[in-house]
Amino acid sequence: MRRWQRAREGGLRGLFFLCALVSIAVTMGIILVLFGESLPFFRHVPFTSFLFERSWAPRTGQEYGILPLVCGTFLIAVLALAVAIPIGLATAIYMSEYAAPVVRQVAKPVFEILAGVPTVVYGYFALTFITPYLLRPLLPSIEVFNALSAAIVVGIMIIPTISSLCDDALRAVPRSLREAGYAVSATKLEVCTRIVLPGAMSGVVAAVLLALARAVGETMVVAIAAGSTPKITANPLVSVQTMAAYIVQVCKGDAPAGTIEYQSIYAVGLTLFAITLAVNVVAQKVMARFREVYE
Amino acid sequence: MITLAGPSLVRPMGFRPRLARRRLVGRVFAILCLVAGLVAVLVLGALLWHICRQGAELLSVHFLTSYESTLEPLTSGIKAPLWGTIWLMALTTILTVPVGVAAAVYLEEYASQNRLTRFIHLNIANLAGVPSVVYGLLGLTVFVRWCAFGRSVLAGAAALALLVLPVVIIASREGLVAVPKSLREAAYAVGATRWQAIRHHVLPAALPGILTGVILALSRAIGEAAPLIVVGAVAYIRAVPSGLRAPFSAMPIKIFNWSELAAPEFVRLAGAAILVLLGVLLSMNAVAVGIRAWQQRHKTW
Repeated sequence: MRRWQRAREGGLRGLFFLCALVSIAVTMGIILVLFGESLPFFRHVPFTSFLFERSWAPRTGQEYGILPLVCGTFLIAVLALAVAIPIGLATAIYMSEYAAPVVRQVAKPVFEILAGVPTVVYGYFALTFITPYLLRPLLPSIEVFNALSAAIVVGIMIIPTISSLCDDALRAVPRSLREAGYAVSATKLEVCTRIVLPGAMSGVVAAVLLALARAVGETMVVAIAAGSTPKITANPLVSVQTMAAYIVQVCKGDAPAGTIEYQSIYAVGLTLFAITLAVNVVAQKVMARFREVYE
Repeated sequence: MITLAGPSLVRPMGFRPRLARRRLVGRVFAILCLVAGLVAVLVLGALLWHICRQGAELLSVHFLTSYESTLEPLTSGIKAPLWGTIWLMALTTILTVPVGVAAAVYLEEYASQNRLTRFIHLNIANLAGVPSVVYGLLGLTVFVRWCAFGRSVLAGAAALALLVLPVVIIASREGLVAVPKSLREAAYAVGATRWQAIRHHVLPAALPGILTGVILALSRAIGEAAPLIVVGAVAYIRAVPSGLRAPFSAMPIKIFNWSELAAPEFVRLAGAAILVLLGVLLSMNAVAVGIRAWQQRHKTW
């Protein structure tokens, strides 16, 4: 190698390495910004009242308890999972155990489209279709903005996440296990539910956790369809507010920098980031275990 | 020695095979699973039908080429948000693709399996799971305030670029992994340096895969509203961005704004805007599928 060639090789390698480090810089940036910018908020609001007070009204009431936002977030996330787990898992079982290759080929693009629809579109669908045409006839007392419509649509939105990851997990179960089941004259259902599904369980759990993280962080559907009233409730028929939706609501209203309301979005963002990060890390741990088992 | 098994051995302890019943239950289960799969298709159908019913009538050249009208909402167009989105996509591509591909090249072609590399992988996977609204807060602080870009189209694009960076890296890595090792070894065998092998052999072979991944990443960015709202995109503006520092709107922002207004004419306008957005998205997907198909046919390895 000539000298200039060697220099070029080393220089490019260094450049590419710096690009790879950008991702670490982004993570550090997120942590730095969320901690640094929420400091002024926590100088004003004691940490304990942020975590334990039961009312959230930074603009009007000077009440800074995050619980209502966390409650709204998990109300919607849990209901969304209640929609998405049965449908997503059943779809994955059908795709991996029953469907003909042709069906898979047709179904895959459909799910890709479903996963690619922008979240504002889902929000629009929840507000202008699900609530008035589907829920109102069944539950006349439902509010215009309600947690249920948002949860149903978030659930639909995360079906592709669950079904494609579960499909991968089910297919990773070796064929020999299934055949051992058939050899003792188990029916297809018994092979599915007693051999394949338990064998893929860690993959299924990881899929559910990743979907949970997405549902917790989902913003636009909730901002459009679930309203903006932070409250601690388990009633899905009324308006609630989630953490992400609160951030959007404040930013939409152009709260001037320096006010406590503006500072509060960083504290809420920090909480949201911490929760989704924890769920994602656990999901990756579970996923890593499932890879070790069969590969 | 083989003995004929008596009935008590075939059916120990009162076990009854009840095969007919078990098979029936199995068939019911299979049908239920199929129905669950069809739910997704059904919802997609209902979604498209609802949006077409609301918005199809308003679609016209006028809708694409005129600004919003506050006096007569139904004559509004989406010129400003449409051009805002075009600016955002162009800038996001410029900002994110070189860095993303370079990072993927480092991770696949250069990095050795050490603790730092594993940490970078883990970190990218975690970044992909960070809620988009958090990227908005990052952009608001770093680009709008610290870099003093203001609430500009540049700040919005920079936030979107960080948001899709992990997606671009992951997709590009998949494109690079698919290139067989023998291609690299053949290049080294005739005396190519590592960079020459990458530049002339690996990257061209991986290009279709990378391109597909980049298109899919951008189709995620094009529908994002949350980070743009946080960075400070405006819902109502009667101007096309005039430069990097110009205020801007975007398609998802306008759709959000019209959906919120909730009056029937705005629901129809939002529907029409969604149709435009979905049209763009579907054509991006079609291009990606097309590239994939082309690659399958022209693969030389």
